[in-house]
Amino acid sequence: MPVETTDVTRTVDAPPRTPPRPVRRRRPRAGHLARAVIAWAVALITVFPLVWLLLTAFKPEGESFSGGLPSRWTFDNLTFVLTEVPFPRYLLNSAIVSVVVTALALLFHSMAAYALSRLRFRGSGLVLSAMVSTMLVSLPVILVPLFLIAKALGLLDNFAGLIVPMIFNAFGIFLLRQYYLNFPTELEDAAQLDGCGYPRLFWHVVLPLSRPALASLSVLFFLANWNAFLWPLVITSNPDLAVVQVGMSSLQGQYASAYNYVLAGSLIAVIPTILVFLLGQRWLIESMKSSGLK
Amino acid sequence: MRRGAALSADRHKRETRAAWLFLAPDAVGLLVFVAIPMVFALALSLFDVDGFGNYRWVGLDNFHRMLSDPMLGRAIWVTVKYVVLFVPLSFAFGLGLALLVWNTFPGVGVVRTLLFLPNALSLVVIGLLWQFLLVDKQGVLTKMGRPFGLGDVSFLGDPKWALPTYVLISVWYSMGYQMLLFLAGLNDINGEHLDAARVDGAGGWQRFRHVIWPLLGPTSFFVLITSLVASVTGLQAFDLVFVLTKGGPDNQTSTVVFYIYQQAFSFGHFGYAAAITVILVLFLVIVTAALFKVTGGGRLHAR
Repeated sequence: MPVETTDVTRTVDAPPRTPPRPVRRRRPRAGHLARAVIAWAVALITVFPLVWLLLTAFKPEGESFSGGLPSRWTFDNLTFVLTEVPFPRYLLNSAIVSVVVTALALLFHSMAAYALSRLRFRGSGLVLSAMVSTMLVSLPVILVPLFLIAKALGLLDNFAGLIVPMIFNAFGIFLLRQYYLNFPTELEDAAQLDGCGYPRLFWHVVLPLSRPALASLSVLFFLANWNAFLWPLVITSNPDLAVVQVGMSSLQGQYASAYNYVLAGSLIAVIPTILVFLLGQRWLIESMKSSGLK
Repeated sequence: MRRGAALSADRHKRETRAAWLFLAPDAVGLLVFVAIPMVFALALSLFDVDGFGNYRWVGLDNFHRMLSDPMLGRAIWVTVKYVVLFVPLSFAFGLGLALLVWNTFPGVGVVRTLLFLPNALSLVVIGLLWQFLLVDKQGVLTKMGRPFGLGDVSFLGDPKWALPTYVLISVWYSMGYQMLLFLAGLNDINGEHLDAARVDGAGGWQRFRHVIWPLLGPTSFFVLITSLVASVTGLQAFDLVFVLTKGGPDNQTSTVVFYIYQQAFSFGHFGYAAAITVILVLFLVIVTAALFKVTGGGRLHAR
């Protein structure tokens, strides 16, 4: 690994691995300014649809298709969706599913990653490659058999069905294992000399040390589950179990032309996503980078 | 790197037992909810399965049936067109954006966040939002197209326009993610090479063509494979289609994944749906293997 680089172009958001180089500013050129202007313009065009969503959600009835700002900012649409549609129920269901899946996934994945990176046992290489190879399977590919298996296990139309099958994906194991491989072993050795068993070692030494990795994965898992649509759509039919994405799509059917309500619902559904995304952005991006290429 | 040299047999036994206990939840979960379904799909494809869970052995009938299913042929054609449009477009946009925001300028962090933002949203919301933006004659984007003669186009309702529109929305959704992957690749490029090229008088295009592009080979390959797999079997091939068009108009946006869903959950033909899945996976494995072979293990444009 090249420690001493002359990489003046390094612009990672995360703290640089090497200390920033002493200033060696390039002369500001017209090309740079033009590039900045273009980048800003492209970014604003990209988020235009989202800005439009925000504006429309606050427009009075009948103004959905009028241009520009609302003539009067109103909460009527949001109030309607929250009171006349079981939207709070959808939000609660999504929150339960996302939080529980994230918590259990983090626990189980870090346990598995710990075993695969820190413990020696026969067949660990085989287990690792078997688990990692399941990363190639996406939900649409196993949807039909997974549904039949879940149904046979009594997971149809209940919270367990929304939660349990979504916990398991090897991506989390893979990422945490990469992280654990870089731990120094000294702490564990010391703890073991003190007669600390593996479970306590895991709980009191390894888990606290893995907070940064767990943080980035929790952002990723929360977003994926909050945004999940296909699995909740097939595994539940009871409207009381509808998660927010499924609720939204039924809103689409009920209020086909009342876009003010549909968009107000969209706005509410998106708020937790944006909050989690903005708060956990750095972690999320780090984990995506390391998932992709390292 | 491992600690200690000779472990007592007792210690070894304890370590093995602990390892399996730690592995147990994920091992069982992955087996039941990922591995077994994979194998089960294969078995299912040889049965006729109805909605009540009655299985009837039909051998290869499901595969025979595919040959005379014009709707499946159509779904395959739609998917092929989608892949051929989506993969290069999202590649180009991802790379272009990454190059655009690679160097710093005021607010570069905000720009990157804004460009990535669509990818954090659910495809359901994205589908609903674009439907609204593109409503016939009234949608804001439809109106903005008026000066270009696009004002009367029904972007999602006209069989000619539906697929390109769906592709563009997919690109808008995923380009931020591709950008991030390319940014990571760009940041791994050793600055010395670029400086050397600059000293030698290489212009921007030459630096890109002779330094950046070859060094980005592994990243490009990764982006290509992941966007190929995502566009064939990813959620955007289902969620977005479901919300935007339900496969219409005239089945012009009915992807294979969407068709599988319909066969299973609208018509109750679980066995047939599983058989199509088997073919789809086989196809993906072959294409991925071929890509590996052609590029010599992912060395895409490093010569």
